[in-house]
Amino acid sequence: MKKALVSVTGVDKPGIIAKVSTALYELDVNVLEISQTILDGYFTMLMIVDVTSASVEFSAIAEKLNLVGQELGEVVNIQRADIFDAMHRI
Amino acid sequence: MIEVNEILQTMQMIHEQHFDIRTITMGISLFSCKGSTDRETADAVYSKVTRMAKNLVPVGESLEQELGIPIVNKRISVTPVSMISGENPALIAKALDEAARDVGVNLIGGYGALMHKGSTRAEEILLESMPEVFRDTERLCGSVNVGSTKSGINMDAVRKMGHVIKRTATLTADSDGFGCAKIVVFANAVEDNPFMAGAFHGPGEPECVVNVGVSGPGVVERALKAVRGKPFDILAETIKRTAFKITRVGELVAQEAAARLGVPYGIVDLSLAPTPARGDSVAYILQEMGLEKAGAPGTTAALAMLNDMVKKGGVMASSHVGGLSGAFIPVSEDIGMIESAQVGCLTLEKLEAMTCVCSVGLDMIAIPGDTSANTIAGIIADEAAIGMVNNKTTAVRVIPAPGKKAGDTVNFGGLFGYAPIMPVNAYGNDAFVERGGRIPAPLHSLRN
Repeated sequence: MKKALVSVTGVDKPGIIAKVSTALYELDVNVLEISQTILDGYFTMLMIVDVTSASVEFSAIAEKLNLVGQELGEVVNIQRADIFDAMHRI
Repeated sequence: MIEVNEILQTMQMIHEQHFDIRTITMGISLFSCKGSTDRETADAVYSKVTRMAKNLVPVGESLEQELGIPIVNKRISVTPVSMISGENPALIAKALDEAARDVGVNLIGGYGALMHKGSTRAEEILLESMPEVFRDTERLCGSVNVGSTKSGINMDAVRKMGHVIKRTATLTADSDGFGCAKIVVFANAVEDNPFMAGAFHGPGEPECVVNVGVSGPGVVERALKAVRGKPFDILAETIKRTAFKITRVGELVAQEAAARLGVPYGIVDLSLAPTPARGDSVAYILQEMGLEKAGAPGTTAALAMLNDMVKKGGVMASSHVGGLSGAFIPVSEDIGMIESAQVGCLTLEKLEAMTCVCSVGLDMIAIPGDTSANTIAGIIADEAAIGMVNNKTTAVRVIPAPGKKAGDTVNFGGLFGYAPIMPVNAYGNDAFVERGGRIPAPLHSLRN
């Protein structure tokens, strides 16, 4: 399984999860886990997703999410989860 | 499953504490490029470097995007040019500079020589050519190894490097002697260092290799904030844990980059390399340990511990640790060092002491423009002696800024930063430097 982290930061408003998960669904990216917090006044959502059977390249997922972010007025990024495993798991 | 707080910690390291991969450096052997003339060699060098490193920048950029960590520099190191050059090494210099520009790397290292025991004719010619070459090229860097623990110090090379640095400063006077920032004089140079300006691809290295340099002084500083007032044992443990995490990311990037470029993975250099940005300073780590400013009494001890703990944490995190691995103390590239130097807390002599216990040496130090070539040679000899006796790498990268005197400031821009001119002890040493010959290798028993 190729795991990735989608992070959404910005101001809280309705429809963030809906829009981001719709975009992921359209790219055949499966959402494994969602957590959401307000950190230092900022809305922060972290989604662990599975990109194994995504219909497009990783860079295209990133591009699509960036667009969704612009529509929402949030910062939406995706990165491979490997860096977290490397740093926090032996 | 990864915990949310772990994800946030990593993201804070990257976004707030300046944690980054400082460089992916591709080492390329130039031995196969030797032609019957320097022109032929230069053409072969250009074609080999642009072929091998064609994908270096795109691969670096895609890794940066996918892993979500900045990879600040993509660079190239090559075989010391004096090993393949003849009467006109400047032709090869030009080819390397053009190759670097065409593949999109900001620096390429290796215009240098290994002459710790003596020099060949090609090495002598290359040394002569250095000032003009560093005036006429943009991205090329070079280093010369003048001493080693096993062979002693080549004092002829030391003397000549004093003159090379002096002349390079004069020829690049319009940029405050910036050409000198691209010249490193080493003792015990390592063959797999990914950091510029001292990177070169040693003769013992394979055809092509990928080395990665990590950095993260800001991350260490932040971690130490949480253990203020605690004893050294806890301080040491905290540095180790942080270094481990940083290095693991370096290892991941090195493995991935090597696989994608189709070349062997060489080493991870687990250095704390500062930049002039606030919060990316090794001096601030020392201050967080409890010193008012870097340079205060206790600085050498603090740095010794920092350097050792970075290594201890890092070695377990990577399958191959190499390069210079430790804490760098370049003055102009570290905001805390600059501040200490400005108020006179950090002097050349204190820095010399600090180089006994940390990686590398007197780095990016601006000195008065009227400093003589022999005085510079004396500084090089002192530093090389520290390296030789202590079995460690030491280096000198000083910039005698033309027309400037102690207290003035020079600004090199970007990652090279700015620096106050440090006063230099100007008592004479001509008769010492001009003796020539070699200082014999030191004894390795009866140590005390």
